[in-house]
Order: sequence, then structure tokens, then C-alpha cells
Amino acid sequence: MAIHKVCGIETEYGIVLRGAGESNPVTASSLLINAYVADLERSASASSKVGWDFEDEMPGNDARGAAVGPAAPPEVETHLVNAVLTNGARYYVDHAHPELSTPECADARSVVVFDRAAEAILVRSMAAVSRSLPEGHEIVVHKNNSDGKGNSYGCHENYLMDRATPFGRIVTHATAHFVTRQLFTGSGKIGSEAPGLGVAEVPYQLTQRADFFEAEVGLETTLKRPIVNTRDEPHADAQKYRRLHVITGDANLSETATLLKVGTTAIVLSMVEDEALARDIVFRSPVQAMRQVSYDLTLSRPLELADGTTITAIDVQWELFDRARKYAAERGLESVGAAVGAQVLTLWEQVLTGLELDPMSLADRLDWVAKKRLLDAYRERHDLSWGDQRLAALALQYHDLRPDRSLSQRAGLVRITDDEEVQRAMSDPPEDTRAYFRGQCLKRWSNQIVAANWDSMVFDIGQDPLRRVPMMEPMRGTKAHVGTLLDACATPAELLARLSA
Amino acid sequence: MAEREQKKKPAPAREAEQVTEAPPKTESGEKIKAELDGLLDEIDEVLESNAEDFVRSYVQKGGE
Repeated sequence: MAIHKVCGIETEYGIVLRGAGESNPVTASSLLINAYVADLERSASASSKVGWDFEDEMPGNDARGAAVGPAAPPEVETHLVNAVLTNGARYYVDHAHPELSTPECADARSVVVFDRAAEAILVRSMAAVSRSLPEGHEIVVHKNNSDGKGNSYGCHENYLMDRATPFGRIVTHATAHFVTRQLFTGSGKIGSEAPGLGVAEVPYQLTQRADFFEAEVGLETTLKRPIVNTRDEPHADAQKYRRLHVITGDANLSETATLLKVGTTAIVLSMVEDEALARDIVFRSPVQAMRQVSYDLTLSRPLELADGTTITAIDVQWELFDRARKYAAERGLESVGAAVGAQVLTLWEQVLTGLELDPMSLADRLDWVAKKRLLDAYRERHDLSWGDQRLAALALQYHDLRPDRSLSQRAGLVRITDDEEVQRAMSDPPEDTRAYFRGQCLKRWSNQIVAANWDSMVFDIGQDPLRRVPMMEPMRGTKAHVGTLLDACATPAELLARLSA
Repeated sequence: MAEREQKKKPAPAREAEQVTEAPPKTESGEKIKAELDGLLDEIDEVLESNAEDFVRSYVQKGGE
């Protein structure tokens, strides 16, 4: 039986400091996050600054086992700003970007809520930092994945998987899905940033990211990016679990796109664990197929398979969908949350049908379509070519998070969440994963918490030594599991006494 | 700034269109076009006045 697909999203946002001449993005990111944390401290829901604990970080571990190649393991930058929030999220500077990792979520809908809350946190951060910047300076944040000049930054997803499932099988099926799910995960891009290609060859493509993948499988995330990333760092009991770290996705503004991106992937990975997929779909060249799907606005060009036959991206998705529907009927979708799983199946079918009949009918559902509709209309009104800078400006502003500038917010995208739950998710953790324990402890006792990370928390209750509470089970520490216990404890000392009793 | 104020002109036209749109419930091609025109007017209003410079200077470091 597939294990519960605990999941989450980590997004690196584009950032610029305007009006200051030369701007350093690392400094700008630090200013932005520090301004948010200071703003929280001033407000009633105050929490003191709790740092990230790097004790268990091992981003260099490779899922394929030791010594598979000369790859340089990624570095963890411990000296930069790193905050743990009361909603269980981590908000930090990664390389030269502000990054926010949602808390662990029990289903795809919850990820959408916390991803929206992440946007709201960035918006509040921009407002907070603007009060401390000199007149004429402004920090602007975009939720996108490329600057149009060959530089890309990621929106990564994470899924909890059973360690017993052979990694090779995950690679096969995940690749088929990652290459073809671009049909609905893309946020759209003018031109191409792949070597030798530009706006003349590729006027518009489905995704921001396809240009940047050069390998099928690998450990890197910053150069020679692979379709399947092998970072083996479960942040949980490593004997039982692995965490699939997915780096192919675009950052989405459309809630439907985020729900489908995470929801369909969670279902496909459950089917891999349960061996419920009928056949292996193996592309002759996955890297080439990735770009081919992204560049093909007709959505109909056949992709070559390793066995010599061909198939279109939509037909791969229909095959996965049909399997998923059968799987849901026979085995149930408990591993992805039964109700959310059913919602995902319904939307998946609607979107594939729409893509087949008339992609533009999905302008209120999918980012690449919503953006293309705006660009087409604007092009027509002002008689512009695809290479025109005004179009590039419009495309960039689709991703602008400033409420008075954001074009995606004006594009008529269907909402799945409501404002109230998003507002709540800025400060309250999900109730159905271990993030509940992390967030609630931070809400109550941040002064006595020295550090926190995904799988442990370190308390200082006034006596040596510091006490570390391990949280190696992502589905424990939920409200159902510890809610009563937390409510019964007035101090962290009491909590620790009861936990060790 | 001056440029942005000039671009606010289309706003009244948009309001007028919305009024005429309201009664019929049919999703005619005309209605869709009117909606899109309204949206384009709004985009003209919120587009950065120095958008082209902004795009040119928009350079990010690679991440991840």
C-alpha cells in the first residue's frame, strides 16, 4: 500500500532593488526577510527569531547510492538569514533569492493554500521593507523562474516516498509524467533561453523551465540540471522513507495549475509504489522531449519512444489519467487524501479535455494560457511582434507580486482557496502533519526554542544540556496526535517531561 | 508619472461597456471581446511606465 504522500513546495522568487543603481540581490533578500520578521515581532502575534538548525542537512547524498560521479554536492549556506515561521514554513535567503518552503502538507489542496500564504508573506515583506528603504528605492518580487537572459531559479516540490520502492522505477515513471505534465504546469515564456534558440525560433513556449534541463538523472540543481533529481535527504526516518525532490516545475500563479501539478504527481508516485502502472513509457531522448513539449503550441507533435513507436504528450497524460481513475476505483486514494484526490481527478480530466478541444478555453485555469491570451490581445491591439520589449514587459509583470502591478491577479484566474484560509495559513500550521507540532511550539514558546528544522526542534528550558526533540515521522505530531498534549502543558519543560515519560 | 495619468483615460469607456454587458447572460463572442478590451485598458493603466527599461535591467542570478 502506498505511503501517505506528504508534500510541499519551495519557491525561489525573483528580486530587484530599484532606484539604487547597483543592487546586490543577497543584501536585498536579507533586507526583505528581516523586515518581515521585524514586522511580526512588532505585531501582536510576536515570535522571537528562531534560527534554522543545520545539524541534519545532507544535500549531497545521492539516491542512487555512493560515488556515482564527480558531481559537486550542493552547499548549505548557513550564514544567511533563515527564519522558521509559526505556520511551520522556512523563509530564508538561498543563493541570491528569497526562498520560502511551505510546511509539510498532507494533500495538494493544502499545498495550494500554503503556497498562496507564501505569496502573501512576500507581499507583506515588500510592504514592511519599503518603510525602511530610502525615498525612491523599492524592492520588487516576482514569482517566476527565469529572467529571460539565461538565468533560472527554481520552484521545487517534495514528496514523501517509501524507501522500499526501487529508485529506478521512480525515475522511469516520474520522467514520463514530468515531460508531459508541462501541458498544464507551464507558466508560459516568450522566446527560448536554450543555446542557439531565440524568439524567432520559439515565439512562445509553455514553460519557463524546459530550456534549462540538460540531463536525465543527477544530483545537481544549479548546472546541468536533471529531469529527475537524486538528492537523497529525507528529513525523516531514512530507513523507511525517501523524499523525491522535484525540480522540473514552474512557479504557478494559477491555483488550478499548482493543484494539478502537485496532485497528479502525488497520484502517479502512489501508483509507482503500488505497481499500478501498466507499462513503462520511456522517451528516446527525455531531455529533447522536455523541450519539444514546451515548444509545441499545437500540443500534437508526436514524441519518440525508446521502442521506436511515438506518442503525443496529451496521450501520455490520458494514459496516466486512465490508470489513475482505475487505481482510485480499485485501491482508493487515501495516500493523497481521498477527497482532494477525487477533486484532482475531476480537474485533470477537465483540463486534458480542454487542452484537446481548445487550449484557449483554459485561460481562466492555466498560467501559460492566461498569459498567452493577454499577450495575443495586446499584440493585436498595438500591432507588436513577439520580440517587442513591451510584450516582454507585460509577460514579466504577469509574475509581479505587487498587488497594484500584478497582471496574473487581473487575468480572471479561477480560485480554489479563499482569502480567509490563506490569511490564516500565514501564521497557523497545517493540522494534519508534523508541521502542526513545529508551528504550535513556535507560537507558544518561541523564547525557549533555540533552533528548529524539518525533523527536530531544540529547546532551552534553562538547564543544561539543550534538549532536542526528534520528529522523524512526518505524519505524527498532528493536531489529532498532540493537540491535547500541547493544550495541557503550560511550559515547554512540562511538554518535554511528558514526552519523555 | 505624467505618462501614467494620461493612460487613465480609457477607464470611463470600460465602465460603459460593463453596463451594457450586464443584462444578457449569453457568452457571445462580442461579450468576450468587450471583457478582453476592458482588461487591456486596465493593463495599460498598471503597466510600468518605464516597462521596457525595467525588462532590460531585469537580471537575476541563477538559483537552486
